[in-house]
Amino acid sequence: MDIVVAMKQVPDLQQLRIRNREPVMADVPLTFGKIDKNALEAAVLLKEEHGGEVVVVAAGSEELEDTIKEAMAAGGDRSIMLADDKAGDLDSAESAEILAQLIKQVDDCGLIIFGEGSGDNYSGQVGSRVAEKLDLPQVGSVTQIIIDGEKLRLTRSLEDSVEIVEVMMPAVVIVTADLNEPRIPSVSQVLKAGRKPKEIISLDELEQPAAEKTLTTLSNLAPEVNRKRITIKSVEELVEILKTEGFVGGN
Amino acid sequence: MANVLVFSDKTRLAAELITAAETIGDAVWAVTVNDEMQARELASYGVKVLKIDVPELCLADTAAVAAAIYQAAEHAAADTVLLAANRAGKEIAGRLVQMMGAGCLADVKAVNTDKGEIIGVRNALGGATVAEQVIKTAKKVLVISPKAFSPAPQGPGGSMEDFSVNVKTPRVKVVETREKKVESVDIEAAEVLVVVGQGLDGMETLAQAEDVAQKLNGEVACSKPLATDKKWLSEARVVGISGKICQPELAVIMGISGQVQFSVGIRDAKTIITVNNDENAPICEMSDYILTADMNQVLAELSKGL
Ligand SMILES: Cc1cc2nc3c(=O)[nH]c(=O)nc-3n(C[C@H](O)[C@H](O)[C@H](O)COP(=O)(O)OP(=O)(O)OC[C@H]3O[C@@H](n4cnc5c(N)ncnc54)[C@H](O)[C@@H]3O)c2cc1C
Repeated sequence: MDIVVAMKQVPDLQQLRIRNREPVMADVPLTFGKIDKNALEAAVLLKEEHGGEVVVVAAGSEELEDTIKEAMAAGGDRSIMLADDKAGDLDSAESAEILAQLIKQVDDCGLIIFGEGSGDNYSGQVGSRVAEKLDLPQVGSVTQIIIDGEKLRLTRSLEDSVEIVEVMMPAVVIVTADLNEPRIPSVSQVLKAGRKPKEIISLDELEQPAAEKTLTTLSNLAPEVNRKRITIKSVEELVEILKTEGFVGGN
Repeated sequence: MANVLVFSDKTRLAAELITAAETIGDAVWAVTVNDEMQARELASYGVKVLKIDVPELCLADTAAVAAAIYQAAEHAAADTVLLAANRAGKEIAGRLVQMMGAGCLADVKAVNTDKGEIIGVRNALGGATVAEQVIKTAKKVLVISPKAFSPAPQGPGGSMEDFSVNVKTPRVKVVETREKKVESVDIEAAEVLVVVGQGLDGMETLAQAEDVAQKLNGEVACSKPLATDKKWLSEARVVGISGKICQPELAVIMGISGQVQFSVGIRDAKTIITVNNDENAPICEMSDYILTADMNQVLAELSKGL
């Protein structure tokens, strides 16, 4: 039984700069979302225990061919991707349609793991959308995955309660960031990553065209930052400021 | 014009959704799942409530819940459905939009209408930017951030009707439910926050942070890794896009680099004081006062000096 992990290529937001309130996307390197790396780690740990292969699916610009190596180094066995420069900015509807088609190519797929939100948009829709498209049961906010024969036993952590749920495979599992600490690949794993099997298709090769965009963005600007940025030198000075701003003393 | 349907299994959030729905639709409907009390309460806010009572319908089975909401939306002739952006609500959203053939905006913090169009305001690029977006499809799902709207007041004209739905055999089985010990702290309401991050060296210093927060009549809050990785503080204290969005009078931010996913949760503070041993940390850009120092030492001194 294989385990599929769906990952999203996103700009490395630590390197994003804002100019005149506009995000400057040029030259921002691409990477996978942090929680997607937790999803991958979960898959790799399960594979190490139960066997099978970890298949990474992803859709994005042509740089994905390079980005995917990160996932192969961190334990992915093979990849199926749509890499197309016209797919650099997919919305949730488009991503879901494409990923569902890629996942269908995996014959013996027991579970499909998603992170709860992408590093950039954090809408958290794609996992649920794919589950609906493939008519699979789903469980989200998962902090632990146990495979028990044909069944999955999952810990689902909501704001005010924790549920232990069971679901038959195949199923879609959407995980949170706190279920593991992703491994750091070794140099030899990084070197081997490029040689792992991969299948790459373009938008024209999809069986069904990707869904149309459902959203229009009217504006997307960073809020104005208007801070004093005064350097202070000591804790005494800090205490003085707390006093003048009225947070200590006097009351 | 348009009918709007709202659903959240949390009554407080459903009440907020009703307020949001009233800004965009003419008739507001609500649907409840196996919760008589919630149905009564929502009806008292003046909306038409579809009350589903089907014991096999389990809230943990997202597909089944989405299918039930879908049927309720059809019945109410509602083209727009509002859900709450808590964990369960966001999970239902993806499934429901796919069933409805709808477009969706998640984590919407404000809604404007312009010539019949609904404009959702939400954080984008991890919180670095704020986007105004319009859903182009006729059917729409908006997932509204908790506390973005105040709960609806009592009002006349509400009603309640039993609504039966077709549910498939449940595919997700709950074997155990535990209440979480939820900390009652409300960092969004605090006027002063002492926010600690990965620069914090341990529990002893955390106790000093608590002491300092107390002396400032505030609360301790934290960056996400302190709750999810180190588990030193509870999730209820996390500031940021996947935590709380806070607007205190004063935020003292210590040992936090200022990644966008964090900063979005604190950038509306009136005054920001930062303590970081790296003068080039991005957080310094968005601070009023910057002290370049070891936060652990600073906390020790502050705890004595205040
Ligand atoms: C989808 C998604 C959602 C996320 N949501 C959130 C969220 O809601 N909230 C959140 O906080 N994060 C969130 N994150 C994580 C976020 O990207 C950062 O990883 C996180 O905010 C970093 O926390 P930090 O600043 O405490 O740690 P670091 O980035 O490790 O920064 C530590 C800082 O402490 C300083 N430091 C170290 N030692 C000392 C010392 N002795 N004295 C003073 N300073 C010191 C360092 O110079 C550094 O600036 C999210 C990430 C993703 C991908």
